[in-house]
Amino acid sequence: MIVTQFVILGAALFSLGVYGVLTRRNAVLVLLSVELMLAAVNINFVAFDVFVQDRIAGGQIFALFVIAVAAAEVGIGLAIVLLIFRNRQSANVDELDLMKL
Amino acid sequence: MTHLLTTANSLILAAESGAKELSDGGTLASWAWLIPVVPMVAAFAIVFFGKRMPYKGWDIAIAVMGFEALYGTALLLSHISKPIAHDFQVEIAMLGSMPIEWGWSVDGLSIMMYFLIGVVGFLVFLFAKGYMEGDVRYTWFFASFTLFAGGMLVLVSAPNLIQLIVGWELVGVSSWLLIGHYWEEHENSSAAIKAFLTNKVGDAGLFVGAIIISMSVGSFRFSDILHAVESGAAEAPTLSRFAFWGGLALFIGAMGKSAQFPLHVWLPDAMAGPTPVSSLMHAATMVTAGVFLVGRMYPLYLTDGFATEVRAVIVIIGGITLFLTGLIALVQDDIKRVLAYSTLSQLGYMTAAMGAGAYTAGLFHLFTHAFFKALLFLGAGSVIHSVHSNNMSDMGGLRKPMPYTYWTFVVGSLALAGIVPFAGFFSKDEILASLRYASGEFGVADGGGAVATVILALAIGGAFITAFYMARTVFLTFHGEYKGHGHPHESPRIMWVPLVALAVPSAVIGFINIPGVTEVFTKVVGGREVPVLDHHASSFDIPMLLAGLVAAGLGIYLGWRIWGPDAETQEARDSFRVDGLYPVLENKYYIDDFYMDGIVRPIRGPVARAMDWFNGYVIDFIVNGAGLLAKALGKVVYWFDQRGVDGAINASGAVTGAGGGVLRLLQTGKVQQYAVLIFAATVILVGGLVIWF
Amino acid sequence: MSDWFSQAENWVFLVIAVPMVVAAWRSVTSRNVVHAVLFLVAALAASAAIFLLLGAEFIAWTVVLVYIGAVIVLFLFGIMITRAPLGIETQLSHSTQTKIGAAIVAGALFALISVTAIRAFGDAEMVAAPTRAGEVGQSIFQRFVIPFETVSVVLLAALIGGIVLARRDPVEGDPTLGGDVDRARAASEGGGP
Repeated sequence: MIVTQFVILGAALFSLGVYGVLTRRNAVLVLLSVELMLAAVNINFVAFDVFVQDRIAGGQIFALFVIAVAAAEVGIGLAIVLLIFRNRQSANVDELDLMKL
Repeated sequence: MTHLLTTANSLILAAESGAKELSDGGTLASWAWLIPVVPMVAAFAIVFFGKRMPYKGWDIAIAVMGFEALYGTALLLSHISKPIAHDFQVEIAMLGSMPIEWGWSVDGLSIMMYFLIGVVGFLVFLFAKGYMEGDVRYTWFFASFTLFAGGMLVLVSAPNLIQLIVGWELVGVSSWLLIGHYWEEHENSSAAIKAFLTNKVGDAGLFVGAIIISMSVGSFRFSDILHAVESGAAEAPTLSRFAFWGGLALFIGAMGKSAQFPLHVWLPDAMAGPTPVSSLMHAATMVTAGVFLVGRMYPLYLTDGFATEVRAVIVIIGGITLFLTGLIALVQDDIKRVLAYSTLSQLGYMTAAMGAGAYTAGLFHLFTHAFFKALLFLGAGSVIHSVHSNNMSDMGGLRKPMPYTYWTFVVGSLALAGIVPFAGFFSKDEILASLRYASGEFGVADGGGAVATVILALAIGGAFITAFYMARTVFLTFHGEYKGHGHPHESPRIMWVPLVALAVPSAVIGFINIPGVTEVFTKVVGGREVPVLDHHASSFDIPMLLAGLVAAGLGIYLGWRIWGPDAETQEARDSFRVDGLYPVLENKYYIDDFYMDGIVRPIRGPVARAMDWFNGYVIDFIVNGAGLLAKALGKVVYWFDQRGVDGAINASGAVTGAGGGVLRLLQTGKVQQYAVLIFAATVILVGGLVIWF
Repeated sequence: MSDWFSQAENWVFLVIAVPMVVAAWRSVTSRNVVHAVLFLVAALAASAAIFLLLGAEFIAWTVVLVYIGAVIVLFLFGIMITRAPLGIETQLSHSTQTKIGAAIVAGALFALISVTAIRAFGDAEMVAAPTRAGEVGQSIFQRFVIPFETVSVVLLAALIGGIVLARRDPVEGDPTLGGDVDRARAASEGGGP
């Protein structure tokens, strides 16, 4: 195994996640794509942790932290989506153009 | 005579612990973790479910204390038949290479305390039901009272310094809750704060001591520390080097909790709590913690090459405390304060004994004192309950209406005064004997035994004072004419039954350790994993015995002459009020004033003034300066605006308008388009960077 | 390169990675919301498998438990509550024009990262040794105990934040309040539909 293969796999996942974030209209699916990006990051963390043979497993632990923070992010993100949906009867991102005003 | 002295003084230095045949205690000891855990759980149970119980939480509390009493008794009996030294710890965390552990230890010292806390606590809780009846925070009281007992049991069961500190602080915090139980009055809540803060001063010492000792041994465990001590100074050079400072700091911690001079000021104020609290706090728990700590670490203080010099400090502090606070007790009018100062004085005895190298005598006095001081406080509580006043000037003549209280109080007073054959006689005699032995034995600095001789004289004087103020208390409270209001009556049965139950051990428990006859108590507290080298008498020290008895008898006689019913003349009392001394005593040697005026106010005042000054000058200056600066800047800007900018604005307006027309195509308000731009910009920038290098 | 293919574990890697990329691709393009979520499950399961391949057992099972177990359920809830169309839906994504722009950006990103990684690491070999859960635990609770506590505070804050955001204000008759939950509440309060 070489470390590059994992980095490229991570890059592919990350780019797909970016693609999803940029193209999806539904806010829930945007969040879903963000999860994909975070998974890609985790793969990099663990791959490099194994690559450098970290004795304290720092990369793995940061992957754990990413998972925890991702869970928090989904919780908050969905709460926000819920709030938007409640106020505007829609969860579509492109209808949220109040930033223009 | 010389010959008699020598033989009578044949105290022996021996490892009288029976350490050869220690058992692990079997099931009884391995389930001893219940002892601290049950009251802690119960305290929370009372908070949550107490109000729904038929007796509003008291039933849980009394059941727990009954359990403690039974378990303590069972352990004690088992320990007497075969000494137990059981020690169990589980690791809960690592501190560097030192494990932080939780566990329980069951050995002579802790078994003695389990028994004491269980039995005395049970009786006090029984009494408290009658005393606290109708209190607004009845359930809460029993919750915090149970927590208090539980904290003390955590402390006592500690097999390592960390757990000891946890228990120590639990006791501190729950005592704060209890002393401030009637917090509606400002005086009471400030008494609670005073107790807490004074204790904190001592706690700082405890922390420093625990750190020094543990770090130099490399373990928090008592067994490791004491085994290191046992192995000798050559084997444990680090500990040997730091033992003096570590031992001294630990003793400062003990001074805080055990209220030794000059940290004694919190204890009399702690009377603000309900009387059952005072009773338990002054007898079996809290104030005994300091003596217990010294006892726990005793080999450290007694083994050559370690903290032996600290014992000189201990004996001096103890001597000063026992004498000075005893004198204050003479002039107090509040019956609880008399008893509080008496507690201080007796704690001084225990500390002095510990310092003199008399492990057994110090703990024995702790043991007997717990019974008769609990009895005296409960008796005082019974009186207060009846006459609704703490002041002895509102009492008098209560002998007739309150017979149970009277007779039990007299038993307690005689025990405290050290009259043969009551419990205090035996323990106080052992202390005097050991002090005398110490005066010839251990060298205090260059003074040789001179210091110990002085302390011995103070202790004999203290015995006189003790008898004197107890006689005063008894005569003023129970004899003469009733001076208060209403009709005093005997307390309900739930209150006098504990009094009687405590009067019995107060009278007879001294017999368990008669020099040369029985050595039950010596064997109990000596039954420890690391044997304690102990001076204890193999026979009565006749001169000391006589001195103590004569001093006590003299005190009672004088008390009777001054306050007794036959000599109740103003003249006799006036003759007692020595000019010059009396106000000093009434003001408690001005120590509280010194702390308040010498330490608290000088710090509080300047700090407050400094803050005021800082507020008035520095902050205001900054705020005003900022204002002025802004104003000046405004003027400049205005000028610039009028002259220079207007022209430029008009020109730039056109440019901006044109640019905006282009850029507004990007400004769509759609998040994802922004995201596209961000990602694209990132790729371009990073890509440029990658290509560049 | 033939070297690379001669190693058995690389074949295992390919067997995991190829379906993973496909699943990720489907998950960001699928026209069915529920399918998108299920493809995400597949991608995450594959990432767990990658972690196992790397010897990081604890992370692998955490991913299975937390992501596949909890987060996905949350997503499904989110989809149901926001009443996203459950069948095939053409409006889930933006127009083709946007898609092309996004594809260019994403492709450039992928190319950038890949080129950088190859230039930096080339074919540096790595050996996967299993990391036991015990080691990870030791490391968390000794070396990383403060970050760990911080993360727990973050989670707590997220919990509270989620509640604060999602709870409806108790304003009666607010016209902006609507939807199933409101009607359900009205029904439960006895007011009828």
